[in-house]
Parts: sequence; structure tokens; C-alpha cells
Amino acid sequence: MNRFDGTPDLIPVHVAVNSEPKISHRSSGLYPMFLLAVLATVMMLFAAFTAALIVRRTGSDWVPVQIPSVVWLNTVFIVTSSIFLECAKKAFSRGSGSQASLWLGYSIALGVLFLIGQLIAWSVLIDQGFLLSTNTHAAFFYMLSGVHGAHVLGGIGVLVWTLRRALVGAYGIDQYRGVAHAAIYWHCVGAVWIHLLVLLSIT
Amino acid sequence: MSSAHAGLPFWRRYIFSTDHKVIGIQYILTAVFMALVAVGLSVLIRMQMTWPVRLWPIMEQLLPTAYEGGALKPEFYLTMVTMHGTIMVFFVISLALVSGVGNFIIPLQVGARDMAYPFLNMLSYWTIVPACLIMLASFFVEGGAAAGGWTSYPPLSALPGALPGSGLGQTLWILGMALFIVSFTMGSLNFATTILNLRTKGMSLMRMPLTVWTLLVSSVLGILAFPPLTAAAIMLLLDRHGGTSFFLPEGLVVGGNVLAYEGGTPLLFQHLFWFLGHPEVYVLVLPALGIAFDVVATFGRRPVFGYRTTVWALIVAAVLSMIVWGHHMFTSGMNPYLGEYFSIVTVLITLPFAVIGVNLIASLWRADLRLTTAMLFAIGIISAVGTGGLGGLWLGTAASDIYFHSSVFVVGHFHFMIGVVTSFGIFAAIYYWFPKTFGRHMNETLGKIHFWLTISSVFPAFIGMHYLGLGGALRRVYDPTYYEYVRPLQEMNVWITFLLFISIAGQLVFFVNLFRSLFWGTKADANPWEGATLEWTTPSPAPHLNWNEPPTVYGGPYQYRVNGVGGYVPQHTPPEEVECWVGPHEG
Repeated sequence: MNRFDGTPDLIPVHVAVNSEPKISHRSSGLYPMFLLAVLATVMMLFAAFTAALIVRRTGSDWVPVQIPSVVWLNTVFIVTSSIFLECAKKAFSRGSGSQASLWLGYSIALGVLFLIGQLIAWSVLIDQGFLLSTNTHAAFFYMLSGVHGAHVLGGIGVLVWTLRRALVGAYGIDQYRGVAHAAIYWHCVGAVWIHLLVLLSIT
Repeated sequence: MSSAHAGLPFWRRYIFSTDHKVIGIQYILTAVFMALVAVGLSVLIRMQMTWPVRLWPIMEQLLPTAYEGGALKPEFYLTMVTMHGTIMVFFVISLALVSGVGNFIIPLQVGARDMAYPFLNMLSYWTIVPACLIMLASFFVEGGAAAGGWTSYPPLSALPGALPGSGLGQTLWILGMALFIVSFTMGSLNFATTILNLRTKGMSLMRMPLTVWTLLVSSVLGILAFPPLTAAAIMLLLDRHGGTSFFLPEGLVVGGNVLAYEGGTPLLFQHLFWFLGHPEVYVLVLPALGIAFDVVATFGRRPVFGYRTTVWALIVAAVLSMIVWGHHMFTSGMNPYLGEYFSIVTVLITLPFAVIGVNLIASLWRADLRLTTAMLFAIGIISAVGTGGLGGLWLGTAASDIYFHSSVFVVGHFHFMIGVVTSFGIFAAIYYWFPKTFGRHMNETLGKIHFWLTISSVFPAFIGMHYLGLGGALRRVYDPTYYEYVRPLQEMNVWITFLLFISIAGQLVFFVNLFRSLFWGTKADANPWEGATLEWTTPSPAPHLNWNEPPTVYGGPYQYRVNGVGGYVPQHTPPEEVECWVGPHEG
């Protein structure tokens, strides 16, 4: 009876063996876990768009457009912004909160510049006569940069929030997890952009 | 109620509440309301299936736009099948079984004082309310609600002029679904983080009750599978309103005019939809199985058979569920080798499900059955999973699916799996945890009448649909007697409708029982079923924040039959307090 399933009904030893509570407080891992789950949804969203683009590219009407060159500048902005965030983390770890706030501010400014640059790219495409309805490659560019831009906008919101907390001195030498988590999200969003850029540039 | 909670005004305690138990009840009540609409639609659908050419002067007075001249308009029939499916899958079963039961039971079973993010939890409920309202409002706009099927395949869903319901109704459908996805994703994030991070001391993963395990697997599936549907919805909206042709091929003719779209492929939407659609089925079915395990253990007074193999089978089933979506599209056109792949991996799913099913049945082996209503529904789940699962073998194999596709066989199959199994899961959960929720028992006699009326009607009804499908009857057909070759089967439709009314009578008994028990049910103590899991360590009803200090856990969730027959050791009992451990029939 029950000897196959290893459940603890007959074996007094079972309880004795496991008598020590195995796991103490796990709540310190809460934010990383939440972040991981959020990033999973972001990755799956862009994975689906990637699959859609690869499939749709084989359509008979596919005419590639020249992606406006301003996006390369935007890419430099978002990559540099990520580097500045790491600088902010470094500054926090050295204990210089004001220096860190400065890096955070630069990082946010570059994020905003990235978004403005993306809008310029849109206007360049529109000037060339490529609209949502006239070219599917351009439609993918508008859609993917738009959805990605929404994620960047969310990231800027989080960074502004961390900057506000930094300015009131909420972070210390070993207490800047909020910035570290925001940085992970920001790096991932930047990486998604590079992936999208490669995907949209290969014609 | 703790003083902190009692001090809050009424609207913070019961309306905009962050308490997981209140939110769970809110979800279930919302689902009950939406179920009334969806069941109402199913009655109208069955009336049409049974008496397709009859005129209904009464209905013309009740629903003048749908029954012009007393005859049901064909486009409204399509709206009804579309909205019945959408509401049932997303706004009844998902809400009640996953969001509702999950919210209520996860913190209680893992030993947490609330969800990891209570505010996010409130936000996800208050995102689903406008989603429900938008779905309901779409019935009243010009052209009526969406009519392109619950799957919303383009071009019917992408061209505003394709059907009357493809206009504003379809736009509202997409909007309502988008809000649902946002809400469900927030809920899944909360569930997964709560289960993984807020377990009490000693509650290792392998000591979690199986309900929590299934809800964890469901949450992870939700997190991974819903975003692709979001992508599809964005592209569908752009096709509808932005003039793109992601899903629209060239040469489409609407109203005699050739449309300007070119190069798009409706198949792409089908892939994206079913990449969500198939895992979604598991999101719904697995929690019902988890509840069955918990209920069977408590009322069988023995540990579940094969706890660890069940956990691994759940994980394997979840992984497989994400790579089998193509079996919904065998007739849509696909490389035969790809079809072969999808057939093989689909049939592979029988392995983990066989493990889960056998473990459930083995958990009843030599059990000291206490046949409460909750236990009856749990056993009903086992039966329905086995019976309904058989149809899946035919549908999962490309060769036979090509015959069965779009037939009533499919309708019978999925009503077994995500109709009967899941609703039995909801009922088992409600009967089982009602004392913990409201501090009162539900009436057992009425409960058993409810169970027997339900199971005796839904089984023959849905098995009957399998036979109709074998005979070649197609689904979503306005007049089932239109094709001569299925006319001899029409009597089956009459029977199925008759059985539906018996089933509805059963649900009326349930409603009477529910509201009667809320006010006049016999009082329940903290652990009325002698359960070993953590939720039974709180008073009934469970107070706000559950425990001042959550209990420490020392053992597994199913330590029954330890001190002789019927004895049990609650999870939080320290080993030094367990006096003696003897065999099942030695005590």
C-alpha cells in the first residue's frame, strides 16, 4: 500500500528527516522574480512579431524600404544610455549619490533622445511616401518601433522614478537594487531594439 | 477581520479591495454574471439547432433586432456562437477557475498573508470589469457583436464589411480581449511571484498542494502564451483601421468590389492565435485537475498517489502544450511533414495526461471515501477528463482530424474538456472552500441534486455531439437540417437540447443552494473537512491577512491516514508532536 509513491503516510522517518524548515525568507527574491516574469512577456511579444515578420516577408508584395539612417544614431543613444546606467550603478556602489543621479539623468535624456529620433525616422519614411497602408515592410517598421517605443517609454518612467528616489537619498552603498532592476529592464529593451534593427535591415 | 481592515471604509473593503480573498470572490461573482449571459446564448443556440425553421413571436418581442418577423437572423446566430465561446472561455472559466479560485486559495495554501502585489491584484480585477462591459456593450452597437467565431480568423475579423458583426462589434471584441489579456497577464505575474517567493517557512516546492502547482504552471503558460495573441491583436487592429495587409491576401472581393490588400496571409493569424489558444486550454484544465487532487486526498483520507510524478507530468504537459498548436489547423493548409510533427507531439501529450489520470484514479484506491458534493465533482472531473480526452486522440491525429475538423465532434470534445472538466473544477472548489470563504456549509442534499442533475445531462449531451459529428454534422451551421445527409440525425439535436434544460435546472438548484447557504447555512468550524493543508489553520471565514504569523511547515500536503484510518497530520505539525506513525489499517 502506497509503497510506490513515496508519500509520507507510512514512514515516520519522513517527517524526522524534513523536520528542519528548509527555506527561510524568500521575499528578497521577489523583485527579480517579478522582473523575470515581466521580461518573459516582453520577449514572447517580440518573438511573435519576429515570427510574423519572417513569415510575412515571403509575401508576393514585399518591397523592402531603406530604413532611415537616423535609427543608427538612435541605436548609439540607447546603447550609450545603458552604459550610463551602469556608470550610475558604479557611482552608487562608491557611495557618491550625486554623481549617480547625474548619470541617471544623462541616461534618461538619451532615452528621450532615442524616442525623438524614432519619431524623426517615422517622418522621414512618411516623406518618402511609405505609409502603413502602402508598404508592408514600412508597416512593420512603424509597428515594431511603435510597440518597442512604448516599452522604452515605460522604462523612462521607471528611470525617472529611480532618479526621484536617488535625489531624496533613498539609495545607499549596498542599497540600490531599484536601479539595478531598472537597469536590467533597460538593457533588455535596448537588446530588443538591436534585434529589431537587424531584423528590419536584412532585406 | 483584523482591526486594520475593519477600519477601512466599505468601498475599500469590498469594492476597491486589495484583499486577495475579496478579489477572488469578486472574480467569481463577475464570472457568474457573465455565465448567465453565455448560458442564455447557449439556450438560444440550442433552440435554433432544434427547431431551425420555427417562428418565435415571443422572441420577436423580447429581441426584436435578432428575431425579425419571429425568425432568428442568420447573422445573429453567428454572433451568438462567437460570443458564447468568447465569454465562456475568457470571461467565465478563466475568471472563475484561474483568477477567482487562484486568488482566493494561493496565499492561503502557501502560507502568505496576501498576494505579492496586492495593488496590482486589485488593478487586474478592475481591468477585467471594463473588459466585461465592453464585451456586453458590443451586443448593442450597430451590426451587433462580433460574429467571426471566437477564434476571430481574418478576413471575417479583419474586414469591417465582411459580416454585420465585423464592424464596430469586432473592434469592441478586440478591445475587450486586449483588456482581458492585460488583466490576465498582471494576474499571472502576481500568481507566479506569490507562489515562488512568498511561501512560508518550510513550504518547499515539493510540499505545495497540487492546486498551487497547477496554478503555477497555468500562470507560467499564461505569461508565455498571451503575448503572441497581443501581437496578433495589434496586427489585426492595424489591418482593420490602418490599411495594412498583414493578414489580408490579394483578390478579396466584398460587395462586388475587389479590395486593395495584397500579400497578407490569414494563416499567420491562425498560427499566432493558436499559439495562445492551445496553451490556454491547459491554463483552464490543469487547475481543475489540481483541485481534483486536493479534494480527492481530503475526502479519500489517503495521500495522493505519485505526487512527484504528477508534478513532473504537469510540467511536461505544459511544455508540450506550447508546441502542438498546429493541430488546430490541419485543414488550413500545411506541409504534410509539419502536420506529421504536430500529430506526433499532440499524441505525446497523452503520456503526461495518462500519468495524471492514473495518479488520480490510484488516489482513490482503497480510499475511505467520504462522498461529499465536492468529492462527487472531483470524481466527475476524473471521469470527464478520461472520456473527453479520448476524442482528442482522433482530433490530434491529422489523418482523422481532416474528417472531424469543423464538425460537431469537435464541439463535443472541447465542451467535455473546457466545459465539463473546468466547470466541475469550479463547483468542486466552491463546495470544498465555501466554509473557508463564508464560514458556513453549503447544503449537501441540494449539492448532490445539483451534481446528479448536471452529470446525468452533460455526459450524454456531449457524447451525443460526438455522434452527430461522426455522422458529418458541421458546427456553426444556421440550419442543421439544411444538408440532407444529416437530417436523420436531427432527433439527436432535440435530445441534446432537452438535456441542456435538465442541466440548467441543476444549476438553478446550485444558485438556490449558494444564496441559501450564504445566509442560513450551518456554521462551519476552522477545519470542517479535516484537511491537512494550510488554509484550514485559519478561522472560517479566513480573516484579513490570514495569519498574524504564517505557520511553519514541516511536511507534505497530503499526510492522511497516518495515525490509523482517517487520522491526519496537518502540514504545520512539528515532528515532535506527531505521536506515532502506524500503517493504514493497523490503527
